[in-house]
This record gives sequence, C-alpha cells and structure tokens, in this order.
Amino acid sequence: MVAEVKEKQSIVEISGYKQYFNEGKRNEVRAVNDVSFNIYKGETFGLVGESGSGKSTTGRALIKLGDITGGQILYKGQDITKIKGRRNLLDFRKSMQMIFQDPYASLNPRITVKDIIGGALKVHGLYKNSSERNERVYELLEQVGLSKEFANRYPKEFSGGQCQRVGIARALAVEPDFIIADEAISALDVSIQAQVVNLLKELKKENNLTYLFIAHDLSMVKYISDRIGVMNSGRILEIAEADELYQAPLHPYTESLLSAIPTPDPESERNRIRTEYDPKYHQYEDLTKVGLHEIAPEHYIYCHQDEVEVYRKKREKLLREGQKYA
Amino acid sequence: MDNTNVLEIKDLAISFKTFEGKVQAVRGVNFELKKGETLAIVGESGSGKSVSTKAVNRLLPKKNSIIESGQILFEGKDLLTISDKEMQEIRGNDIAMIFQDPMTSLNPTMQVGRQIAEPMIKHQHLSSEKARNKAIELMRLVGIKNPEQTHKHYPHQFSGGMRQRVMIAISLACEPKILIADEPTTALDVTIQAQILSLMNNLKKELDTSIIFITHDLGVVAQMADRVAVMYAGQIVEIGTADEIFYNPMHPYTWGLLASMPTLDVNQTDLYNIPGSPPNLLHPPVGDAFASRNEFALAIDFEQEPEMFKVTDTHYAKTWLLHNEAPDVTPPAEVVRRKAKYQRLFAEKKINNQVGGEVVGSRG
Repeated sequence: MVAEVKEKQSIVEISGYKQYFNEGKRNEVRAVNDVSFNIYKGETFGLVGESGSGKSTTGRALIKLGDITGGQILYKGQDITKIKGRRNLLDFRKSMQMIFQDPYASLNPRITVKDIIGGALKVHGLYKNSSERNERVYELLEQVGLSKEFANRYPKEFSGGQCQRVGIARALAVEPDFIIADEAISALDVSIQAQVVNLLKELKKENNLTYLFIAHDLSMVKYISDRIGVMNSGRILEIAEADELYQAPLHPYTESLLSAIPTPDPESERNRIRTEYDPKYHQYEDLTKVGLHEIAPEHYIYCHQDEVEVYRKKREKLLREGQKYA
Repeated sequence: MDNTNVLEIKDLAISFKTFEGKVQAVRGVNFELKKGETLAIVGESGSGKSVSTKAVNRLLPKKNSIIESGQILFEGKDLLTISDKEMQEIRGNDIAMIFQDPMTSLNPTMQVGRQIAEPMIKHQHLSSEKARNKAIELMRLVGIKNPEQTHKHYPHQFSGGMRQRVMIAISLACEPKILIADEPTTALDVTIQAQILSLMNNLKKELDTSIIFITHDLGVVAQMADRVAVMYAGQIVEIGTADEIFYNPMHPYTWGLLASMPTLDVNQTDLYNIPGSPPNLLHPPVGDAFASRNEFALAIDFEQEPEMFKVTDTHYAKTWLLHNEAPDVTPPAEVVRRKAKYQRLFAEKKINNQVGGEVVGSRG
C-alpha cells in the first residue's frame, strides 16, 4: 500500500499546533497541545483517539474552521493562517474538502440531492449552464454508486449509508486534492461501513486523492490508512505505518485501544485480557528531552529520550512474537 | 443458567401507519428468553430489533403503531392484553430497559441519585431516605466514584460513560428479572464500552438477570451473548447459541455480516461487503426478503418464503439453502475459516453448547 508514495512529498505539514479554548480564563481547555505530523501526497493518514482527544479539532483547524492558538499548519507549502480574502479561501477550499460524521445532519433537508451536490459546483462556478451541471451531478452520483434517479430526491428519502454517499459526492464535486473524513463511517451500520470504506478506497485511486481519516477506534482504520497517528488528551502518542502499528503497538495507550476492540469471535473473547490506560503515564514533569522520538523508520513514540531504548527492545520482541490482537 | 423461559414472544407482528402506507416493521417474530441468559439481537437499522423489544415494555407510540398479531408471555400473562395499570407495575420493576443515548434518556433537571431512587420509591415503596441510600450503593456497584457526593450531581456533570452507568443503576434498582439493553454502548468510546460491557457481565452473574442485548456490532455480541438472534427485514433469519452463529452460520445474511466485520489481522486488506440496502417494508418483497442482496439466492428465493429449518435443537435458520434439495454452495472465505474453527473447537471440547450435538447440516 505504501509503495506508491515512495518519494514522499508532504501535502500537509503541521508543526507545534496548539489549540486552547477560553485561553487565559479559569476554564481554559487545552484541546490540542503541541501536535506535529506530516501527511504525504497520495496517502491516507488515519487519526485515531477517543472523544476529547483533539482529533476533530485538528481536522477542523486544518480546513481553517476557526483560528489556531499556536504552531504552524502548511498546506502545499503555504501557511494556512495567511490565506485571506474570499477568492483565496475559495481556492483553498476547492482543493480541500470535508466529509462529516452525521450523514443526516450534514445535508440540507429542504433541498434535493441535485441541489446539494450542484451547490458545491455553483459556489465555485464550475459549470456554464444547467444541463452541464446536471450531467456533472449524474456523473458524481454514479461515481459514488447511486443511480441518477436519486438526483431529484430529498435527504430524508435515503438510508444513512446512501446519505453518506451523497456527502462524499458533494466533497468530490469540486475535484479536491485532499479530503478530511471526520468519523465519516462511525454513524453507520457495520455492513454499510464496509461499503463506504471500500468506496473511499476506490475513489482515492481514481482521483489521486489524499485523505485524513479521523476515527475513534482502530478496527476500520486499518483497511484504509497507510499511516496512523494515535491521539490522547491533545497529544499524538504514536505514529506508525498501519501494518507496523498493528504488529508492534508500542505505546501503552495504543495497546489499550487495541485490546478494547471486541472481536466477532466468542472463543477469543472468553480468553481476552484487556489493558487499561492511565493518562498520567504520558504526563512528564520535566518536558526537556520529551517529544516524538523515532523508534524505527516512520515509527514515532511520544516519550522521554531515555525511554527510546526500552521501546526499541519492546518492538523487536513484539515483531519476533508475531501478532497479538488478530 | 437453567432452562425455564422468563419471556416468550410468539408470532409477533407490528406495523406503523405512515403517510405512504403501512410499514410492516416486524413480520412474525418468535423467540424465548431463558432465565439468566443473554440473548443478543443483531441486525441493521430498520430490521425491527428495537421495535420488537419496545413492544415488550409497551413503549411503542399508541398513535401510529398497530400490533397485528402475536403474544408476549411473561409469567403467564400476555403483556399485549393486560391493562395499562398492570403494565406500569411490570415496567421498570420486572422488565427494565437501558437506552442507547444516556443524555436524552436521563432527566437533565433532576439529580442522578433521585433518578436512581425513583423506581424504588414507586415500585418497592421504600422511604425516600432508604431509597437514597440504596441509590448510593447502586452507584458504587456500577463503578461511579465517590457516590456520597456525586449522587447530588446532574447528568450534564457526568461523562458519557458515567451517564450510561447511571442508566444501568436505574435499570437495576428494582432487581429486574429481564433487562433490555438497546445499543447501550454504541455512543461510547471503545475503552469505555469495554468497561460497561464487563460491568454488565458481572452484574448478570451476580443478580441472575436475563438480558436482551440489542446491537449491530458483532464484536460486542461475541463478548456478551449466550444466544444470538439475527434479524433482517422484520424477521429472525437465524437463531442459535453464540458459538453456532459465529462458527457455524447457515444463513447467507449472517455470512455477510460476519465477513464484513473488520479484523485486526494485518494480512487482510480487502473488506467484504453486502451489496445494496435493506428492502422497503412498505411493500415487503415476495419470497425471501434477503434474496435481492444475496449472491447465493436460488430461484425459489424470489417466489416463496423459506421456513425456519432446524440445524440443531438450539439452531434454526430461515434459508432455502438448508433444504435437502438445495445445491451445495461455498460461503465466503471468512465463513469457511470460521467453520473450520468450529470443527477444531469442537474436537478440543471448547464449545459452549449446552445441547452438545454433533455438527450437523454443515454443508458447504
């Protein structure tokens, strides 16, 4: 999977990103605290964490919904905080689109699917006349696996999975390079999740897309991601290539996330041992020498410099022993 | 677990009146719940799993729901025919319910301790002081820290997982004989879900409650269930012990559900999916409702509805593939792997099968 992105050109570079809410007040919330990572062109980067970990906040900052407190976010080499003016913002958002979690709440219930998808085209002035617009809408519907008769229907007439397909068609309408899928499958039934994940994978191949795929558990993410970042309380604790992360989950938090996923297999569930994680584990008193350290190529852990050796040994041991969470 | 039935549902059919016509949400459901067991009901949204169990507690809107036929037998009484007053005695007392969304099912203007105490005051006629003390005890039982103080808190002061624990405490307040949990962990993070599920399992062992567990997540089912009923388009299409459903499934819909579950196996990169979407129950299809999405469909599936074929004493499936004239088919690779595991577990005597029958009907 990773082979195609050998040259590794970064499309997104986030460094030292911080997001505080109610800054300076008594109820200050440090939602994101010093997060840095890159997303390479053509890959799918999975961002995983529980509610409150700051994963959605990161996604929203990236597409410029709100101002960031600190750090820098570069998209295609350009600092996104410096994008000003309607024209420039339009260009930016034409290139980056978002798919939302709740398929019903993210579609306007009062307009037809044709207008929902056509709306994106209209904002960006992507058609000359209405027949051209309709052609494009039908084409998009077909791309996401819906028949063109659906164009004149309203969102309420669709199932959750179909609504999510409409949301995907709307994101694709402006031919973006980069798509943020924020819990795009969490609200769907498991069997429908599989359909949508497979669709997203296909579309990525056809349209040379790059994804940031945000999710709250590690089970589906594996099927779509090239690399995965694991977040907890505003920090990225582990970044690794997808296969590596499942073979050698090093950070105790990643282990606890993996051990919490129930598997559809009664026998292994009977013998399951779950590990719990205490966030105090990664709260260091002295922050010098603490940060994301490279344990192996492309495998980073948030830890103290002195712990690096311990993690390297742990990794070797895990790789020797083979899979634990299969 | 003994073998007495605490609840029997017979031939239940429910429809809803809508603008477009009558939606046949539940179309002839039969199952029984044994004492001390957990029965999981799985199915996609709209398969009728919530509707069937809401009917047990008579929580369906009177305005537009119609019970077309059937009986719900609890302690010799048909819950569909008793008076509202009698039902109030049972609801929350003998049969309690945990809902999916703890935020919308708790009263935001009432202290949680009082919400837990309320059913005990109402049903067991405890004094408010006694009920409060018991509520504090229950909060400790479900793992809420420092209940002496927190029982005075309001729902918004709790996290999602803690709110769901409050819901569980409310439902357990009267030590119900039956607990119906409708997707109790779907809105929670996986780590919190793991805590809540193990809590429910422990409580079940302690109190010998029977649980009906509704979910669409087969991983959760594997962790919780003694028996599993798979619902599709308002009907139970397969029912059996957890091991039978997970390792020796017979219905193509169950195959599809199992094959489309993600595993953490590194080598698996493609995900199987069931094509299409469930039928519109305004006009249920002729024949087998799953036929149009079923790659193994036979010609007869489009003409005649299959009966429930018996696989073992505990295992039944509604598919023509079990008819002795049906052709042999090879299920998806994932299911073949599971059937192999069934044989192995069976040889190693690790199967939790009370009946302990041999592997029958394992064609394909």
